[in-house]
Amino acid sequence: MVIYGVALLSGCLLLGSLGGELLGVILGVQANVGGVGLAMLLLVLACSSPKFKTLVEGASGNGIRFWSAMYIPIVVAMAARQNVVAAVDGGLLALAAGVGAVAASFALVPILSRIGSKGDADSRNHPASSTDGSIDETGIT
Amino acid sequence: MELVKELLLKIADRTDLVVAFALVGITVWTSYLISNKLTRGRIHGSAIAIVLGLFAAFWGGVATGGKAGVADLPLLAGIGIMGGGMLRDFAIVATAFGVHFDELKKAGLAGVIAIVSGVIVSFAVGAVTAVLFGYTDATSITTIGAGAVTYIVGPVTGTAIGASSDVIALSVAAGLVKSILVMVGTPIVAKHIGLDNPRSAMVFGGLMGTTSGVAGGLAATDPKLVPYGAMTATFYTGFGCLLVPSVLFLIVRALTA
Repeated sequence: MVIYGVALLSGCLLLGSLGGELLGVILGVQANVGGVGLAMLLLVLACSSPKFKTLVEGASGNGIRFWSAMYIPIVVAMAARQNVVAAVDGGLLALAAGVGAVAASFALVPILSRIGSKGDADSRNHPASSTDGSIDETGIT
Repeated sequence: MELVKELLLKIADRTDLVVAFALVGITVWTSYLISNKLTRGRIHGSAIAIVLGLFAAFWGGVATGGKAGVADLPLLAGIGIMGGGMLRDFAIVATAFGVHFDELKKAGLAGVIAIVSGVIVSFAVGAVTAVLFGYTDATSITTIGAGAVTYIVGPVTGTAIGASSDVIALSVAAGLVKSILVMVGTPIVAKHIGLDNPRSAMVFGGLMGTTSGVAGGLAATDPKLVPYGAMTATFYTGFGCLLVPSVLFLIVRALTA
């Protein structure tokens, strides 16, 4: 049944959000700390557990696959409801701070991607991406 | 004709989410047509659709003076539901379906380090920018730096440490610029920063941190990478709200005193 998958997905999001809110309270932060990330972990664990087999296989799985496939259209709608005017109105300071932060973060992606990958036998992408990175870091910043 | 128009408006008012599905469907279809015919597939259809969405949001914001892009137009209120936090998070979680736990474990450490360094680097860039633009008080510098982390960390920090409302507005604007830039810029730089595997996607999500930006940017780059980037990105804002008003604020105050 399609609804089983959808219900499992909902359960994961609700539990994850609760976890994120609790984490926020424990840390004394006015924000949900990683609720969606926790929900994703729960779904990954549920998918690999034999106990949840009936909720993720066949038609039930299609209930989850549908929402996964709706992700891009939802992101398009999300783009259409952003406060773009406020971003533009922020002027030069907001622009400079935003652009600078993004450029610096982009430049760090290839550097941090190397962490922990040394032990992997199958890190074929690793040498390629690091040379790519060192060329383009200068290009970006 | 008047009657038809009136009836259509009546239906649209009752079925706003259905209107949104239809409109977004047409937008995505048009975008893929543009992608295939005009760019020969070089620019991803989803990237075009997201940019069209942002243009529409700008136009909607100008037309209504509201904060939610086209969703402030009564006829397009459904876009607000479809693109709102609830369905966005629901769909993001769904993308984790089929992800292997081992893949997450392997890049876990890199992801955590990325979140910590992402918050600090974005904050530092934002704070330095504020200083260059003439701000000298620790509160304003910290709030603007917080905005460069994400547009949620900005106002949370500003409120906590007592920043003025125009500085808070500025921090939100900086965060919005970042979010939009990540949406648009990611597919352009993806190849150059090695963003083509789960590990670098987790690092990317942790470094960028803006959930909307990462969600949009990865969708336009390679949908397979979405769950990995989104996973780390969703911890970023919470961590920023923890770190910026406390440790980073104290550091800025010590430096400016």
